Parts: sequence; structure tokens; C-alpha cells
Amino acid sequence: MNQIASTRFVNIGERTNVTGSAAFKKLILSGDYARAVEVARQQVENGAQIIDVNMDEGLLDSVEAMTRFLKLITAEPDISRVPVMIDSSKWSVIEAGLKCVSGKPIVNSISMKEGEEAFLDHARKCMAYGAAAVVMAFDETGQADSKERKVTICKRAYDLLTGIGFPPEDIIFDANIFAVATGIEEHDRYALDFIEAVAELRVLCPHAHFSGGLSNLSFSFRGNETVRRAMHSVFLFHAIPAGLDMAIVNAGQLDIYDQIEPGLREACEDVVLNRKPKTGDLSATERLIALAEQYKGMSVEEEKAAEEWRGWEVRKRLEHALVKGIDAHIVDDTEEMRGEIALAGGRPIEVIEGPLMDGMNVVGDLFGSGKMFLPQVVKSARVMKKAVAHLIPYIEAEKQPGARAKGRIVMATVKGDVHDIGKNIVGVVLQCNGYEVIDLGVMVPWARILEAANENDADMIGLSGLITPSLDEMVTVAEEMQRAGFTMPLLIGGATTSKVHTALRIDPAYEGPVIYVLDASRAVGVASQLLSDTQAQGFITATSDEYVKVREAREGKGQSELLPLAEARANGFVADLADKPSPPAKPGVHVFADWDLADLRECIDWTPFFRAWELAGTYPKILDDEIVGESARGLWADAQAMLDTIVAEKWLTAKGVAGFWPCRRDGDDVRLDNGTLLPFLRQQVKKSKDRANYCLADFIDPRQGDEGGDWLGGFAVGIHGIEPHVARFKAAHDDYNEILLKALADRLAEAFAERLHQHVRTDLWGYAPGEQLTSEALIREDYRGIRPAPGYPACPDHSLKPILFDLLDATANAGITLTESQAMLPTSAVSGFYFGHPQASYFGVARIGRDQLEDYAARRGEPIAAVERWLRPNLD
Amino acid sequence: MNAEAEFRARAAQRVLIFDGAYGTSIQKYGLKEADYRGDLELPLDQKGNNDLLCLTRPDVIREIHSAYLDAGADMIETNTFSSTTIAMADYGCEHLVRDLNLAAAHLAREACQAAEAKDGKRRFVAGSIGPTNKTLSISPQVNDPGFREVDFDTLKATYREQCDALIEGGVDFLLIETCFDTLNAKAAGMGAREAEAASDRDVPVMLSFTITDMSGRNLSGHTIMAFWYSVRHLKPLTIGANCAFGADKMRPYLAELAKDSDTLIMAFPNAGLPNALGQYDELPEKTGALIREWTDAGLVNIVGGCCGTSPAHIAAIAKAVADAKPRAIPSLEAKTRLSGLEPFVMAA
Repeated sequence: MNQIASTRFVNIGERTNVTGSAAFKKLILSGDYARAVEVARQQVENGAQIIDVNMDEGLLDSVEAMTRFLKLITAEPDISRVPVMIDSSKWSVIEAGLKCVSGKPIVNSISMKEGEEAFLDHARKCMAYGAAAVVMAFDETGQADSKERKVTICKRAYDLLTGIGFPPEDIIFDANIFAVATGIEEHDRYALDFIEAVAELRVLCPHAHFSGGLSNLSFSFRGNETVRRAMHSVFLFHAIPAGLDMAIVNAGQLDIYDQIEPGLREACEDVVLNRKPKTGDLSATERLIALAEQYKGMSVEEEKAAEEWRGWEVRKRLEHALVKGIDAHIVDDTEEMRGEIALAGGRPIEVIEGPLMDGMNVVGDLFGSGKMFLPQVVKSARVMKKAVAHLIPYIEAEKQPGARAKGRIVMATVKGDVHDIGKNIVGVVLQCNGYEVIDLGVMVPWARILEAANENDADMIGLSGLITPSLDEMVTVAEEMQRAGFTMPLLIGGATTSKVHTALRIDPAYEGPVIYVLDASRAVGVASQLLSDTQAQGFITATSDEYVKVREAREGKGQSELLPLAEARANGFVADLADKPSPPAKPGVHVFADWDLADLRECIDWTPFFRAWELAGTYPKILDDEIVGESARGLWADAQAMLDTIVAEKWLTAKGVAGFWPCRRDGDDVRLDNGTLLPFLRQQVKKSKDRANYCLADFIDPRQGDEGGDWLGGFAVGIHGIEPHVARFKAAHDDYNEILLKALADRLAEAFAERLHQHVRTDLWGYAPGEQLTSEALIREDYRGIRPAPGYPACPDHSLKPILFDLLDATANAGITLTESQAMLPTSAVSGFYFGHPQASYFGVARIGRDQLEDYAARRGEPIAAVERWLRPNLD
Repeated sequence: MNAEAEFRARAAQRVLIFDGAYGTSIQKYGLKEADYRGDLELPLDQKGNNDLLCLTRPDVIREIHSAYLDAGADMIETNTFSSTTIAMADYGCEHLVRDLNLAAAHLAREACQAAEAKDGKRRFVAGSIGPTNKTLSISPQVNDPGFREVDFDTLKATYREQCDALIEGGVDFLLIETCFDTLNAKAAGMGAREAEAASDRDVPVMLSFTITDMSGRNLSGHTIMAFWYSVRHLKPLTIGANCAFGADKMRPYLAELAKDSDTLIMAFPNAGLPNALGQYDELPEKTGALIREWTDAGLVNIVGGCCGTSPAHIAAIAKAVADAKPRAIPSLEAKTRLSGLEPFVMAA
């Protein structure tokens, strides 16, 4: 709900509380701590910012239970990243908890119930252990009910605490939320008293916080979730502005204030604020009770409709969950299925081979026939993985090898490359279709790929890469496979790969089958044909023939003529030097340690995001697309929700650096005044009459003397901090959110590059101070100046990156490092040069001749062989 | 003026210098088992029990202290990193813990007095308290994540015993360093504060975090800010970091800490990363230059060295920061600073 999402209001998870959750209590009493830990994990995943742990139960040794549970969650980084609230009415349990918590926790609670001495003793211990404390509005005579008593008791506690040096900001008052609408008149003011007391105490007790347990409020309506949720939302709507800034609450079970049915909302409001209803003779309580009746009926009916599939037989439920991607009940349903199969004398593996694979086959068919799209398939995979994870212990306990999957594929992003979104998607799709995928991750050297293929008796190897140097590395893997005597198929995929490159360079290096896979949707078809007894040979021969034809066509085809380098230079672009940009308003290097993610979000270019998920179309039209619209809208909604969390909880940090240097053009080089030389490449393909042979250096002033001289800029931006979140999703078998997060991080990096460029044009360099562009215009790049990146068409040499990074001190200033193939880490990063001349435009260098290669190597001062390696895609 | 007040006053004037490594300095003497053992009757092989040298080869420790003071150190630490019953159990020397800490404190104090006699400038002694070799946050048993080798009260009592002896021996401050486990640090801090309360002096604590992986966390998984919020109640005289990967890699974490710490910041990095032979080969001038970058950015108040640093490194650091401005301590807004493995801040 809107007011809950504000950073000022803190949600405390309430499910790891034996007094509040029957399910958790059952797990703890039965000693099932493993599943109890999962409850904590779910809470954090669902957005709890602090988790409350309570073990107050007569049948338990509460000290031992608190100790054991806290130690167990310490071992789970995705839980223990958030602070703990140690909740008990017994001090001995709290102190036992304090001895297990490594961060700074909150003690819940201390009070003056047993007098000042005990209260201050406990407060001093909180200070000694290092904990904030919830202070209950309770004194020697009992709990505070009226506003006056709440205020008096809390103020007294505040004065006592600050008197012993307790930091006021570590005091959290719980001024008791009591049940209203009970039918007892004295209770009618309880909610209002709470709200008014908080408002008054906020002034009297600077820096203190206010919390409360919400569920009490609606106690008289238990069983009627609709009314309870409405009451809680209405209460918070008024209590938060008064000063309530945290609550023990199930955030998932709150309604958005504006969306509560107005009649119900007004009735709740009358009760909470103790108002006389505007119409009718009924009291506020009577009116809400009367209204509650109809919601009771309705909510049951609604629930029924939504949950109808829960009544189906278990196989249908599994299929439904897989097709719809619903993971809420999958573990229970899988367990039920396992039990059923076991009763019939079957083995756990049969759950996978039978019902689960049947369900995934439906998914595969729908995907294959274009009725389902990648985002949904990845969600289905998440459900499948959770089901399989549940079964693995049973399968292992049986110690019988499971039936072999359809095939086993070793996949890797090659050495030097760090990009894995595409590879992960292919992996998920293959798994969904019954293949076993052994994913070696990113930056994998060839030796490990071969080793893993041998060890796992793989049926094929799949290689992925996004940057051009990876193409060479793929050739290396193929050569090594050849040398090691491999015969299994080698699959090639990734943004930089192509059928032509595969045919020309990789296929000749390896005698086994080499197959270029265009995108994830083709992967299953390729794999199944390769592993089919009947189709494999035909498919391999056909592919091989095709590659031969590509090679022949390439040889036979008269390639466009290359000019000698001198002629290409003579036909260079002549920029109008009168228009060159003014010197930067703010020269030097500028560091941005933490750019506002909310700002970057506004400049995201969404079209490539959908492309990453293989949904074709441009944003925003894609959302209404007849075919992929529904899928795109679902993905879009999930992306927005995740972005909300990324921004609110600061999952990621955008770090960037930009700098400007005075320079001059010297031939095809740009020479910075600080001595750095930036050599660029020139188009050499012969152009039609009036078209120039471009080189980036053409946009820089070559002249010596006062009227000469020019400026060049550079930048690097990166999105940091993704790792713990990816690890968390991985641990939860959640490919969908993992891929979603990585794709969003990539978008944020691109948005940052766009936003920073704008800041450079309007402020830092300042050659376009008055520029006013909409987000759309920004994305269309309707502005003056370009920012070509090393490794991309206008500047294809990746190895210029270290020079750029040195100029910017990008590793220190933006935390970005380079791999041996010049891929950037973190993966979501962008770097490039700024050219400010109005005639500067993007172009592709394309093929270059041997003469330019040799000239360029000499200018770079590198051996020809080294430069050749970086420029291979541009060479014949 | 008591030690804390004088230390703070001097730290407001300039960047103060702490000493360098003991372990790697001792290695250079090439001592034999017999040197370590001396004439003590001890059951196990004592080679490598560096703290024992305070009793058996005080000349070596004294020489190292003096070398650091000559190099310009304002403060030196006692050679007691492992002088707790838990850490000494490896050598069967638990019974020597009190003697080790007393002797170490006396050696350091004497070295300081000798230096003070030369130039009249007060020097400070920090009692070194290592993390021990047991952790409160991590289970050594793969199959039982809830298992712990030691409990909070035992560990706290162990630290208390060490702190009592260090205070009795005359140290000015208690330096809880190389904190790879935040809960260990909290137990140590509590033991130290209790030892201080039982003595008749003010002996504030200093805390120093260590980074054990490239994501900037310690072994128990805390970020430096989460660590700081977890120990801030100890009101330390200094907070900071040591050991880890060398000065260049430590910088971003210090920058983060510097922004939100209302006390002095002390950092003492290793001399870079060890080479393939496990030796540190970062040259003193390099370490000095890297640390000068910290002071130029206003990140630190006290600097020194950890593994691999020598008196030459300390002299180079002292030279590099001689005219540097110390970091100004910001006053922090009242906010509720909680932490799990990550910091959690609420406006208050």
C-alpha cells in the first residue's frame, strides 16, 4: 500500500513468532527448525525489514529455542542481512538472544511493570550489549489504556532512560493498540487514544520511535479478513502521519487505502476515529458490524473462485501450478504426489518423470507453439526447480540413480566474458524441456569446460559470449576439443556470435558438429534433433552443408573493395572547425559515488529489456501487442515491482565517473595534452561518391596554436551490489527473479550512461546548457555529441578500455575493473568517449585492410599479432 | 591530562602514527624453538608462539617497539594478539596468560618511556586483543549450522581476563583488532568495558574491522557499516580497519566509514597483498603514498601498518602524512542505526 512503501515506515516481520503464528509454533514444537528457518527467509523475501523472533510458549524451553533459532538464521546470509527483534516477556530469554545476535538488534520489550529498578537494569543491559529497545506503555499499576496514561507513562520512561544515557533514537515506544468495536463503550476511544498519544509523545520525546502490534485492533472481526485488512489500512493511514513509524504487520495483507470500497472505508474510519456515522441511527461499531456481514460472505466466495483449482486432484494441480507459474503450494502438492506414488510402490524420481515432466511438457508445447513466452516459461521453471529441490533428499536417500534426463549439456560463458543473462535463459528453457544443464558460470577457461564435459559424461557443450574477444576464445575451446579428441556437438550462442562467424572460424576448428543457435527458443529444437537417433545425422549433415555454403559464398562473393589507407584518409570527413564545442565548463574528473536510482529509472530504455526476454516489439506499443502483450504486461509489472524494491531498499548503487581532457588531432590519433595517445580506426570500405570514410579523430581539431586545440571526454558507469541478491534468488531456485534483476541492472547502467551524458552536455562540459529533452527524445539520442564505446562499431578495439580507465581512474572512482578480455565488472557497466562536435555521428568501422592493421599496431606500439587478436572481427 | 584526552587533543592537530607488524618483524630474527621456549617448562612445540617472546626474548620485542618509536610512532601496541586462554591453548600456555599480558604491557610502556625521555613527547600504548581462533557466528560443522565451538559468556570471560592484565600492566587503550567476527568483537568489547569498570582508570576501547573477501565483508558477513553500528555502543576511541588486502583496496571502505562515524578513525593495512611466496613486497614509499591519498581525502586520523610492514614502512608513512590534515570528526544526526549483516538506518 502506498503509505507503507514510504521509507519512513518500517515493516517488522511477524511470522517467526510462536504466539502469533500457529504454523511457526507447530514447526518449533515438533523440532522442525529447518522449515522454521524457511519461514524467516520468506518474510525477508516478502519485504520484512526487521524480523521479530518470539519463542514464548509454555511447552518450550524458550531460552534454548531462542538460542538455537538465532544461531541457525545467522548461517543464512539472506535472512541475517536484516536486523533482528528479540521478542520475549522474559528477560532471561532476551539476554540469551542478545548473546547470539552479531548485528545491532532491537529488544522487545522492556517496561516499568516491575518498577523502575528492574526497568533501568534491563535498559543498561541493552546499552551494554548494544541494542535498541521497545518500551511498553506499562507501569507498576498496569497497561496504559487512556491517552493520558499512555503519554504520562511513556514520558516518564523517556526521562528515566535518557537520564542514564540511553540514546533517545534507540527508544521505540509501544503505546498499546487495543481492540475497538468490541461493543463495550469504554473501548471506543482506544484507537483514537493511541493515535493522539503518539502525536503528543512525538513532540515530548524527540528522536524516539513509535511501534505497535496491529492485529489486536481488529480482534473482534477475526475470521473476516476483508474487514480486518480495511481496518488496519485505515488505522495506519491516520497513525503514520501522527508519528507511528514501525509496526509488526504482515505487509502482504494490507489494502491500499484508496482502493478500499468507500462504504467500508468510511465505516472503518468512523470506528477508528470514534466518529458518529453521518447517516443513520447506528453507532460506528454497530454500523461496521452490520456491514461486516456482507463482506464475510463475499470474501469467502471470492476466495473460493480464486482457489478453485486447489480442489482439483493433485496431478492437475501440479500441471496448473507449472503452467501458471504459481509456487505457493508447490512443495505441499509435490509432497502429496510423492506420498501417493510411494503408496502405490513407486519411487520419488517418478514424481519428476511423471506428473512434473507432464506439466513441463505442456509448458514446452505452449512455448513451442508461441502461446507462451519466455517470462512465463522462466516462472514455470522456478516452480519446477522448487518441486525438484523438495524431492532431491528423497531421491538421494534412495541412493538409486534416477533415470537419465533427455540429455546433459555443459554450458559456460567463455573466459574473459562476464555476461550470462542469455545463457541463463537458454539453460532454463532446456531444463524446462527435460534436459540436465550443468552451468559452469561465467569466465570459464577451456580446460574447465572440457573437464566438466568429461566428468559429467555430457552429451554436448554450449558456449556463450557477448563481447567480441569471446569469439576468439570460442575458437580456442573448439581447437582444444579437437585436440582432446572430443566428438560431442558444440553449440554456439550469444549476442556477438553469428552463423557467419561460426561457419568461418569455429566449424573448421572442430571436426565434431558445431551448431550456431540463434536464440533461446531454438535451443530445444537443436538439442532434441542432436540427441535423436533418427534425426541427428541428417541435422548434423544439413548444418554442416549450410556452413560450407556460407564459406563458399564468402569466398566467392566479391567483397566490397577496400581503399588503400592513404586514399581512405584522403576521403576522411571534414568537420567544420568553427562549430567545435567550447572548452568544458568544469574540466577535470568528476566522480558520482551514488547516483539516485529513482532518477535513472526515469531514463530507462525499455525496448532492449523486452528484447532480452525475446519479446519482439518496441516499448510502449509492446504492452498492447496482440500476441506478446499479455506476457509483456506481466513482465513489465514484475519489473516495476522489483524496481520499486531496488530503489526503496537500495539494493544497487550506481557509481560513475566522467572526465575531460584538452587534446589535438594528429592524423587518425587523438593526442591528449597530458601525453596520452588515443589511436582510432578509419573506415576503409570504398564509399559511393559523396560519402566520407569516417574515423572518430575526424571530429577533433588538428590545428596548432591559439585557434586550434580541442577537448575529448570519457566516462565509465557501473551498477554495483547485485551479488547478494542474485545469490539469494539462486538459493531459492528463482531463475526468474535472478534474470529479471540482471536485466534491470543492465538497463540501469545504460540509463546511467544516458543520464550522465545529458549532465555532461548541460552542465559539466556545458556545450548545450539549454537542452530540454523528454525521456523518449533522450532514448532516441536527439542531442548533440556522441559517446562511442571501445569494442563497439565506431571504435572496435576493446583494448582502448585500459587507457580510458587509467584516464578516469575508473577502478578507484567507479569501482569498475576489466577482465583479460576487457569485459567490465560489475557486468552492468558502460564506458566510452565523449565527442562534442555537432557533426559527430556514430558509424561502423567495418572491414579494414592489412595496411591499416600494421599502421595501427605501430601507432599503438603493440605487436601486430596482439592487435590482430583484438581486431579479428574487422579483418578478413 | 589523561591519556584519552591527550590522544584526542593531539589527533585534532595532526594525523597520528601507529606502529607496524610484529609477526613479520619477528620472523626476520629467524628464531629457533629454543628461543621461544627459553627456560620455561612447556609441553608442546613453541615455535611460532610470538606472544611468548615477551617472557623469553624480551630483548627482541623491546627492539621492535623501539624501532617503531624511532620511525615516528605516536602509539605502539603490545605483543599480545594471541594472549588469551583460548588462543594459547594451541601451545598449552593457558596458565601464562596473565604473565604474558603483564610482561607485554611493561615492555611497551618501558619502550615508550625511553622514547619520551629523548624528546619529551608523550607516547601511547594500546593493548592488542586479537579475535582468537574461535568464532561465535560460524559453525565449524558443515552438517550442523547451529553448532558453535564457544559461547558468548566463555569468550567474554576470556577477553576480560586478558584486559584485566593489560590494564594492570599499564596500557592506555584496549585495541580489539582484526575483527573477523562481529559477535566476537562485541564480546571482547563487553569484556573490555567490564575490565575498565573494575579498574580505577579510564581505558577506552579501539575497534578495528578486517575485510576477508573482495565484497568488503568480514568473515561473519558484516559490511564495515554494519560492524560499526554493531559496536558503536562501546563508544570506542577509534574505529577502523586493519590487515585485509592492502591500502588501495581498503580505501573505499574507509571512505564509507568516514562519512558516518562520530569518533576517530584508525587504519593499518598490510603492505599490499602477499606474493606467490607469501611475502609482502610493497615498498615503504608505495604504502606511504597510498596512505597519503587517504589523508588527502580526509578519511583517517591515525595510520599504521599490519602484516608485512616494517619500521621503514612506518617511517615512510610518517613522512608521507607529516603535513597532512587529520580527518574532522563529523557530528552525526540522531538516527536509529541498526544492523544485520547490512546496516539499517531509520530517520529519528
